[in-house]
Amino acid sequence: MKTDLNQIDQKYQYGFKDKIKPVYTTGAGLNENVVRKISAEKHEPQWMLAIRLRAFHIYQRMPMPNFGPDLSHLNLNKIHYFQRDSDHVSRSWDDVPDTIKNTFQKIGVPQAERKYLAGAEAQYESEAVYTNLKSDLKKMGIIFMDTDSALKKHPDLVKQYFGKLVGAATNKFTALNTAVWSGGTFIYVPKGVHATVPLQSFFRINAGNTGQFERTLIIVDEGASINYVEGCTAPTYSEDSLHAAVVEVFVKKDAFCRYTTIQNWSHNVYSLETKRAVADAHARMEWIDGNLGSKITMKYPSVDLNGPYASGSMLSIAFAKHGVYQDTGAIMRHHAPYTSSNVISKSICKDGGVCNYRGKEKIEPNSKHSKSHVECDTIIMDDQSTTDTIPANIVRNGDSTMEHEARVSKISENDLYYLMSRGLSEKQATKMIIMGFIEPFSKQLPMEYAVELNKLIDLQM
Amino acid sequence: MSLVINNLHVKIKENNREVLKGVNLNIPDGEIHAIMGPNGTGKSTLVQTLMGSNKYQITDGEIIFNGTKLNNLAVDERARLGLFLGMQYPTEITGVKNSDFIKAAMEATHPNHHLTVLQFLQRFEHCMNFLDIDHHYADRYLNEGFSGGEKKRNEILQMMMLKPRLAMLDEIDSGLDIDALKVVSNGINHMRAKDFSALIITHYDRILHYVTPDVVHVMMDGRVVTSGGPDLASKLEKEGYAKLRDQLGLKIKLVDDE
Ligand SMILES: Nc1ncnc2c1ncn2[C@@H]1O[C@H](COP(=O)(O)OP(=O)(O)OP(=O)(O)O)[C@@H](O)[C@H]1O
Ligand SMILES: [Mg+2]
Repeated sequence: MKTDLNQIDQKYQYGFKDKIKPVYTTGAGLNENVVRKISAEKHEPQWMLAIRLRAFHIYQRMPMPNFGPDLSHLNLNKIHYFQRDSDHVSRSWDDVPDTIKNTFQKIGVPQAERKYLAGAEAQYESEAVYTNLKSDLKKMGIIFMDTDSALKKHPDLVKQYFGKLVGAATNKFTALNTAVWSGGTFIYVPKGVHATVPLQSFFRINAGNTGQFERTLIIVDEGASINYVEGCTAPTYSEDSLHAAVVEVFVKKDAFCRYTTIQNWSHNVYSLETKRAVADAHARMEWIDGNLGSKITMKYPSVDLNGPYASGSMLSIAFAKHGVYQDTGAIMRHHAPYTSSNVISKSICKDGGVCNYRGKEKIEPNSKHSKSHVECDTIIMDDQSTTDTIPANIVRNGDSTMEHEARVSKISENDLYYLMSRGLSEKQATKMIIMGFIEPFSKQLPMEYAVELNKLIDLQM
Repeated sequence: MSLVINNLHVKIKENNREVLKGVNLNIPDGEIHAIMGPNGTGKSTLVQTLMGSNKYQITDGEIIFNGTKLNNLAVDERARLGLFLGMQYPTEITGVKNSDFIKAAMEATHPNHHLTVLQFLQRFEHCMNFLDIDHHYADRYLNEGFSGGEKKRNEILQMMMLKPRLAMLDEIDSGLDIDALKVVSNGINHMRAKDFSALIITHYDRILHYVTPDVVHVMMDGRVVTSGGPDLASKLEKEGYAKLRDQLGLKIKLVDDE
């Protein structure tokens, strides 16, 4: 009853490419001139250009990461660092070009759109073409727009927070992002305001060789709360494509933020993202992160627990098929007493895929009475696939506790037998077991995402 | 229509030991049969082999179910032909909701009989009420953390929902309290129909007071050594296997022999 994994030749479902001509492009490759052009094209303030240029010089100096997957095939000189396919950010759905609407249709956005697009923003190419704030969000004073628009409309807010959590020099790709960023989501939730619906954003890379360098900035002011959801799906192309986003989240005193991502890049995409959040006293930050596709993903969302009783969590799944390398994890830094963090990582690898958990938990001397818990669970579906857990756990005081559990297993023959004895085919049974395995993750997703995830896993089995 | 087993020889793959040494059995449609026998004589092996477990290998003989030879069919194919095994030790599967699983299983076993979600829920509720199962078990993960008795009830729930043609129930009565035994027995009696048959493995004649079998078989050392009516069960209960063995003139060592 061994699982016949090669039986199903699965083509990337969303592997289509729309014919859209970029309206403006800086061409392939990067130099100081390109950085200047990007900034000029967007009519940015001088201080932003200064940030970009500084970052560009850091980028030139910085080495590639010296750990994890092999990035030597990523040719940074062949990437188009900026192009836009639509001149302005459109406000209403009617203004969204038909080709883009078609794309949304192909990836099944319309259903979700009816409910959510009214308040959602879609990232298409390097810039948002669709921004429509739900009027009640506006009434509540919530700012929700693409980061380029935010820079124009709320320059002081952007200036106050931009790059304060993820400095350009964090790693080579944060430097690159800071130099050439474009698009991304900006959210500000004022004090005491609770966003009642999840804010959602649809991301998509289209033209081959287009770098995506979104810059997302979320500020949840004191006592406020927000639930932000982003889903990505990308078409397949022949050349490598880079996605190097930076996300900064500020969760103020007593505030709450949940940031959900489902990433399903096609199998030529390098997804090298840096996500960092800071939680002040009694605040809570939750990362929910699903990595289903890409060629290589390196992503280790982090939370700095800076105030007493702050808490952070990371709930993630990673799925790696043949040719996919998922190097993901979480970083929790405890800098205050009575802080707690919880990490649950679930991975599935098959057909030679690689899933690594790389994480770091650090409890500093000033964070007495703190707790940290990490759980890594992997299902490895065949002998070609590999997995590794690389934790770094550091506790620098005697009053805190840290737990780390790691499990690697195969799909149990007994479980398969039981399900099949009720008539399910081996494929159905396998899928059901996998869905059960990631259930702690999927049950946290908004309904449409859970349904979509279900379909995606179905396709991958 | 019926289940026919001819001269079935089965060995355990793991250690090559022959456990079934020529089983012959015939269960016509509409009948309920019981199998009794000492520990380790191959009762579970028999029903697991019928279901298609890959732990066992048929070395000789054949299994015919409603005219189809089962020997080389996969587990799920057998289930779709109408076989059902209520297991001695049901598996716990995390993250899979009981109701989701049962719905998927119904769709798999009855592909031409489409149920709407509402129809499914109504039937599910009806069966849970019938078996006195609290409704929150619909959302529990499959058998996870269920008590021994709850697992058995859940097997019967699945049987009632899936409506198999042949239900094999392996020690469905063990671990059940007195009330649960009645409830489960009701469930089995409820299934009685012209196109339904059952094979109940048990150690005690208690369940057979509630579910009257048409035939009782006794297995020893990998064979069916004798068969009879319901009174055979009560006789065994009183006299034990050693006496029966001696009456039959068999040279078999039983586990409890000194
Ligand atoms: N998967 C297995 N691996 C090893 N040995 C097995 C396996 N299955 C059955 N056996 C052995 O085969 C023999 C028959 O086992 P089986 O479970 O069929 O007995 P049984 O009649 O159902 O007993 P009980 O009344 O105790 O349930 C026993 O000796 C048992 O140890
Ligand atoms: Mg048994």
